[in-house]
Amino acid sequence: MVSTVTTSLADVASSDATLRAFLHGLPGVDRVGADQRAAMLGTRSIKTTAKAQAIDLAISMVDLTTLEGADTTGKVRAMCAKAMHTAEGAPRVAAVCVYPDLVAVAVSALKGSGVKVASVATAFPSGRSSLEVKVSDTALAVAAGADEIDMVIDRGAFLSGDYQKVFEEIVAVKAACGEAHLKVILETGELATYDNVRRASWLAMIAGADFIKTSTGKVSPAATLPVTLIMLEAVRDFRDVTGRQVGVKPAGGIRTTKDAIKNLVLVNETVGDDWLSPDWFRLGASSLLNDLLMQRQKLATGRYAGPDYFTLD
Amino acid sequence: MFEYAPAPESRDVVDIKPSYGLFINGEFVPGSSSFKTVNPANEEVLAEVAVASSDDVDRAVQAARKAFGVWSSMPGAERAKYLFRIARIIQERARELAVLESLDNGKPIRESRDVDVPLVAAHFFYYAGWADKLAYAGFGDRPLGVAGQVIPWNFPLLMLAWKIAPALACGNTVVLKPAETTPLTALLFAEICQQADLPPGVVNIVTGAGETGAAVVAHPDVNKVAFTGSTEVGRIIARTVAGTSKKLTLELGGKAANIVFEDAAIDQAVEGIVNGIFFNQGHVCCAGSRLLVQESVQDQLLDSLRRRLSTLRLGDPLDKNTDIGAINSADQLARIRQLSDLGEQEGASRWSPACELPEKGFWFPPTIFTGVAQSHSIAREEIFGPVLSVLTFRTPAEAVEKANNTPYGLSAGVWTEKGSRILWMADRLRAGVVWANTFNRFDPTSPFGGYKESGYGREGGLAGLEAYLDV
Amino acid sequence: MSRLSVRKTYKLFIGGAFPRSESGRSYVVTSPKGDFLANASRASRKDARDAVTAARKAFPGWSGATPYNRGQILYRIAEMLEGRRGQFAEELPLGKKAGLEQVDAAIDRLVWYAGWSDKIASVRGSANPVAGPYFNLSTPEPSGVVAVIAPSDPLLGLVSAVAPVIVTGNTAVVVASESSPLAAITLAEVLATSDLPGGVVNILTGHQAELAPWLAAHMDVNGLDLTGVADPDLALRCEQEAAENLKRVIRPSSPDWSADPGIGRMTAFMETKTVWHPAGV
Repeated sequence: MVSTVTTSLADVASSDATLRAFLHGLPGVDRVGADQRAAMLGTRSIKTTAKAQAIDLAISMVDLTTLEGADTTGKVRAMCAKAMHTAEGAPRVAAVCVYPDLVAVAVSALKGSGVKVASVATAFPSGRSSLEVKVSDTALAVAAGADEIDMVIDRGAFLSGDYQKVFEEIVAVKAACGEAHLKVILETGELATYDNVRRASWLAMIAGADFIKTSTGKVSPAATLPVTLIMLEAVRDFRDVTGRQVGVKPAGGIRTTKDAIKNLVLVNETVGDDWLSPDWFRLGASSLLNDLLMQRQKLATGRYAGPDYFTLD
Repeated sequence: MFEYAPAPESRDVVDIKPSYGLFINGEFVPGSSSFKTVNPANEEVLAEVAVASSDDVDRAVQAARKAFGVWSSMPGAERAKYLFRIARIIQERARELAVLESLDNGKPIRESRDVDVPLVAAHFFYYAGWADKLAYAGFGDRPLGVAGQVIPWNFPLLMLAWKIAPALACGNTVVLKPAETTPLTALLFAEICQQADLPPGVVNIVTGAGETGAAVVAHPDVNKVAFTGSTEVGRIIARTVAGTSKKLTLELGGKAANIVFEDAAIDQAVEGIVNGIFFNQGHVCCAGSRLLVQESVQDQLLDSLRRRLSTLRLGDPLDKNTDIGAINSADQLARIRQLSDLGEQEGASRWSPACELPEKGFWFPPTIFTGVAQSHSIAREEIFGPVLSVLTFRTPAEAVEKANNTPYGLSAGVWTEKGSRILWMADRLRAGVVWANTFNRFDPTSPFGGYKESGYGREGGLAGLEAYLDV
Repeated sequence: MSRLSVRKTYKLFIGGAFPRSESGRSYVVTSPKGDFLANASRASRKDARDAVTAARKAFPGWSGATPYNRGQILYRIAEMLEGRRGQFAEELPLGKKAGLEQVDAAIDRLVWYAGWSDKIASVRGSANPVAGPYFNLSTPEPSGVVAVIAPSDPLLGLVSAVAPVIVTGNTAVVVASESSPLAAITLAEVLATSDLPGGVVNILTGHQAELAPWLAAHMDVNGLDLTGVADPDLALRCEQEAAENLKRVIRPSSPDWSADPGIGRMTAFMETKTVWHPAGV
């Protein structure tokens, strides 16, 4: 039980045994019940003024992402331009998210805009490398000016029960982040159960994560509503226990305005206002932005929009 | 910060007539007097509805008797096709039925749209399939004759489906009396019977109040009585049919325990508690109205529950985001208020989230009573409203003892991640439905009904056929 | 000179013991020809109340016993009855040959019901294929304490009424046939030596019209079998009283006890319990 934690959470990680005992002592998650709760919230009908508000909020929460082997300087510059100038009167996005070697490009493109630069690191997306490589990957991105680091956990270690290893890696990467915010990607699509999602969320938060993030976007399923729900419950409960607020970032598979609004409803009814800002909730996406902009235009003009009127960068 | 704008479902899909007659022998016929049915959310009069006198009831029974010959001798496969046809029309007119149900009953459109109406269609589909397979069910295939059915206001159309679908599948004909405050979807169903070309007299709908229902129950040419409603009225009906050859099934009140152990999946348990008592404003006979929580998690659970209740959205039943709609009638509201006040007087602590109630209509905020003991009225009497009584226990044996310590026995809930404890509890709980790690789930294939004063007979599933066959 | 026999005192059977009526009353039981047979105990409403208490006390253990165990015990009753064939044949007011036939039929009936203990749940339970991710199973369970107003058919009718009640796990309070109660008390002796836990079957002798309404009105009785009530006014009154706590009722009838009994007498005093559980990882 969360509220029965009497030791400080630092003690929790003092040994493999205490860490395991703590994570396995968290309340279970009934999959069917969690799915139903998320599905029910998915039926919320957000219309008119609420929809306009939600769309702008969602735009401001987007981590506009490109994580392809084919990424180029030109591609990143174009995306940065889009991040700053989404549409007439619309907010800028929260951040752009790129590979470490392209951080410098994004930093220079976004200078003074307020749009943050996030970089994936730690042998993204698989995380299959040594801790040294992961730390230096992180350091490279930070040195290039990244404001935020999106690291991946070692799912193999997690699934084999080596929680201590996962913990120590997060601590080490966090240290390498310096001032940069750390988002810890759980890759929930590989964690198999909701119980594991809850445990991994707590593990990441105890280790110092500023954000917990669902997915790399390279594994399916990525950010499903129930998984985001469980992670929101985790940050809510973690703050109750420790007083520290941690952000949540669903990423991958959020393509439509409807998806984005469902996520906002989830935030609104699970953790409330405190998380309804780009400081605490992000949507990792690429194609989502244009759908949000098209819907925004529909609300403004009363006409359904067409894709030719929205830039593809 | 993120306020949902009103998202009302359109009323235009429903065409409510200014007045409705009785549906007897396939036609709408006038009654001798009438009453008004109102929208409990704003007290607006929706329509005038005919009152069936005992003569009208007699005509309906005669029509049903006459139709019984045709209907019972029709091949089961043909009866099945009529029922399938009805099921399909219900699906075709689903939105219309959902809106009408929410208007007349006060329940949120989200529930009438996502729960009531889909279950109604599913119930007809399910029993349609039985009509030509009775020989395999083990109850024989002889129908009883004319079934007199009296249903409540909490799930007007769903209770109609639970009554009519198995009755017709087994070859009976019916005279059904909907509740006084919620007759409209039954009358729309009558129209659906016409659209389906159901032979006249197979289904007859007689509207009215208690007297009409009493006339249906007492009619000497009725072979079967099925009633869903209060235990108080159930007793009267059982007395009425005593000494006759009428077969009787009763689905009555409840005071279900929803038992949460310390190892429960807490977030889902909280959802289950909310769904258990606030679904349909707590107007549910199987509502989880007594929360039994293990003392060791009491504080945590109640904190979570209060936080969750603060997100419930009360208001316009037709708004798609409404969680809690209107109380069905002024009478019911008075009863909920009276019992809640009694709870306070008896020493329990009352809590409701900050919740603005509309000025017109009948409303009651979601309410939790803590510090409740088994001896308190609110732990024993069925409130039939959005009011939860919280009690605690220390051991599984104590949980069972408290759960069973009631004259009712309709349903129970158990929340624990330990499988063997679930089965141990399920064995010992004296209740017709045990929801383990879930609550308030319904399905046409799943038998529903109570132990003890919650009534007898089952509706749904294979077991539901027995009520309508001469076993 | 022939030996003077030692007669049996016919007492009640409550909670596994053989008390006299607390009222101290008895009534004369005669043979069909009118010869004195015995002074049977004439149970009072307080004896009925005590019998219900005993039956309620026995219910958790008996309903919680495994069906296999209940079946074994019913079979044991049949064995014990078999050993006393002669005695029953003599006690039944039917003549030796008809008496033996009835005892044999009663024994066979017990064996038949014994076998149902672990089958009725398979026949009347169901796995319900609900439209969702749930395990959903219905099983029949005993209703609780059942009052049986036994038919006048003194052994076969009695056994045919009591066996279906208890085989499923109910406990019973039986009002024996008023005119021929002796076989019922001798049956109690069989029950008492058959490993049947005390209180599972309680047998009262006395006046049906005096006892039946109290049992019908008793708020801790869950079922009422009125099969043996011949007086329609009494039956009506009992069924009306039974409505107060919604007892499950079998209305009066005169069945052919030699026919296949079917399962209706078991299911009349069974509840269907449906358990749901989500299926997920």
